[in-house]
Amino acid sequence: MKILVAVKRVIDYNVQIRVKEDGSGIVTENVKMSTNPPDDNAIEEAVKIKEAGKATEVIAITVGEEKSQETVRKALAVGADRGIHVKADGIIEPLAVSKILQKIVEKEKPDLVFMGKQAIDDDCNQTGQMLSALLDWPQATFASKIDVKDGKLEVTREIDEGLETIEVNTPAIVTCDLRLNEPRYASLPNIMKAKKKPIEQINASDLGVDISSKIQQIKVEEPPKRQAGIKVSSVAELVQKLKNEAKVI
Amino acid sequence: MGRESMEYDVVIIGGGPSGLATAIRLKQLDSELNVCLLEKASEIGAHILSGNVFETRALDELLPNWKELNSPIKTKVSKEKFLFLGKTKSLSWPTWLLPAVQQNHNNYIISLANLCRWLAEQAEALGVEIFPGFPASEILYNDDGSVKGVATQDMGIDKEGNQKDSYEPGIELLGKVTVFAEGCRGHLGKQLIEKFNLSDGKDPQQYGIGFKEIWEVEEKNHEEGMVMHTAGWPLDNNTYGGSFMYHAENKQVFLGYVIGLDYKNPHLSPFDEFQRFKTHPAIRKIISGGKRISYGARALIEGGLQSLPQMFMPGALLVGCDAGTLNMPKIKGSHTAMKSGMIAAETIIENIKENKDLSNYEEKFKNSWVYKELHAARNVKPSFSWGLILGIIFTGIDQILFKGKLPFTLKHKHADHETLKPANEMPKIEYPKYDNVITFDKTSSVYLTGTNHAENQPVHLKLKDPNLPISYTLEKFDEPAQRYCPAGVYEVQKENDINKFVINSQNCIHCKTCDIKEPSQNITWVTPEGSGGPKYGNM
Repeated sequence: MKILVAVKRVIDYNVQIRVKEDGSGIVTENVKMSTNPPDDNAIEEAVKIKEAGKATEVIAITVGEEKSQETVRKALAVGADRGIHVKADGIIEPLAVSKILQKIVEKEKPDLVFMGKQAIDDDCNQTGQMLSALLDWPQATFASKIDVKDGKLEVTREIDEGLETIEVNTPAIVTCDLRLNEPRYASLPNIMKAKKKPIEQINASDLGVDISSKIQQIKVEEPPKRQAGIKVSSVAELVQKLKNEAKVI
Repeated sequence: MGRESMEYDVVIIGGGPSGLATAIRLKQLDSELNVCLLEKASEIGAHILSGNVFETRALDELLPNWKELNSPIKTKVSKEKFLFLGKTKSLSWPTWLLPAVQQNHNNYIISLANLCRWLAEQAEALGVEIFPGFPASEILYNDDGSVKGVATQDMGIDKEGNQKDSYEPGIELLGKVTVFAEGCRGHLGKQLIEKFNLSDGKDPQQYGIGFKEIWEVEEKNHEEGMVMHTAGWPLDNNTYGGSFMYHAENKQVFLGYVIGLDYKNPHLSPFDEFQRFKTHPAIRKIISGGKRISYGARALIEGGLQSLPQMFMPGALLVGCDAGTLNMPKIKGSHTAMKSGMIAAETIIENIKENKDLSNYEEKFKNSWVYKELHAARNVKPSFSWGLILGIIFTGIDQILFKGKLPFTLKHKHADHETLKPANEMPKIEYPKYDNVITFDKTSSVYLTGTNHAENQPVHLKLKDPNLPISYTLEKFDEPAQRYCPAGVYEVQKENDINKFVINSQNCIHCKTCDIKEPSQNITWVTPEGSGGPKYGNM
């Protein structure tokens, strides 16, 4: 069984995001970048399944600019066998990413495609679902537990009401939740070994898919600053303010 | 599970200017050499903080074609000012009356973090293996007592010291020579200085704490290339310190403050002095209408030549401010750090190839321009122990009339942890409230540093005696850790009327001030799990 894992390079979750002065986007220059956190869980799970003898190969793939390769390299350092980097500049929207992944799936013929449930930069939560539709494969989203069975997966999903356990036939798409596992550290010898693992580079333009933006971004703004709190002298005043000023009751 | 080990010709600890210059010079001199460099930050540059007005002398020697290599050295100094501040007034000191070392017209305003990122690219292109996210936590010794290498920190240890599921043991990196380039108060460098008695016969080391904020200012207030320094307010005559303000590219202003850690009043809060300083009319007018986008702090070396330890020992060298090569009157240490690394590289090559002793380093260092610079600078900082005014008068005579060639050397008398006076003998200081426009509290400041440490790991600020902060330091000095820490790591909290000393180690921005200033030397800074600490951008 072959598992393809999609990983995305995003601004590190500890970095305070800064909006560009002209509102055209956010500042990414000299900003620490990392792997999208739930994508780390996706890689970890795939590697665990391989270590349990239930998969034969784990392939990490990313779509993005030259430096996105670092994200694939990191996946190789924690156990992926080889990498694919589809080169594309600028913002690539979920639909474009899923079309690219579709092409790669047709070529690589994996049995499973894993990825994080959403990316922490745009919070779209769409790529897995779109890929599922394009491939006409079953999907199991927000996975917090995955059991590999013969030709099937039993997946526990994090949903609003609690946990839901479903069974899907493979091939399938699984999007991973942070609760799925604790990603391992990349050890120094493994980082060195990862430098020797192959990463295939493909130009997005060679895949014959339309990756142009379908969304027009009008403006990026910081959320309004929170107003300082005030002290009220009585319950009556509080109720009056909640009613007339905050208009919440 | 035992530790794996890897062998290199040279192992370098620390990815700052000195470590990277060492690495580059080594590979330039012998491209076959196996060189690796460890860095505790998540990426090169993420723990680097500096003013910085950069003198290119060392870089001109290391990479003479740096201008063609797309280096981040772009903004040439175009104008200089030096102000003496009173509470509301300021007096501009003519630049021609400044000592030559404080004139900057050939220098550049840079972000040292970005310079290090660029140096790392150059080093990697030469074949240096750079491993960010791997702090060296332990020194390894051969049977004969010489340094054998270092071990990296174990990963995946919980608060109680137990191995988690994700446990990953550290690795031993063994080198023919190990170079320690951790920067000011490196925690391994400190151990080496003690073990090999490297500071014998030297004055106690002197430190300062430096703050830096980056502001995006209004176009009308921005003068790219302008360099301004101030002395005076808000510090009193007896406290050593001053500010810098550098107008960099993209309407950014690098604003900072340095205070000598030999201050005496335990009520003094370096962070609050810096915040208050920004409210001076001469400063406020430049940053008002602007936006603070970065904050950080780091201890720096001020001791100079008198305090410089011996920099070689069997199997290892100290470079840059892990030893203490900063030139205080020049307010610069990047060029001297780089040069010390380059000299180290030359020494190492001769050691490996011709079996020459590492003690050659001292000789080479003494014959270099770094030594001449530090020698001429040596009397400035100690003269300020007489106060700001006498210090300035002496420095004028020493630096302008005698060009640092006076036939005597002033001594540093005390280590910085010895200088605090009891709290009840010193005046309390009332600091103004933060206005959240010009001045800010520690919490919102630390937020800007992107600091994080993985949860559930051992506290990396070790107390020798866990009771001392409350039983002694609080009583006698009103626990100054609450104030000298620029990140709010230390708090004294009252629980049911009992005082409790709290260490919020996840806030630590790795400045090392506590390790230096704690009056009983009760706090020891050790490396946390890799990648922890700040994530500075262009600091």
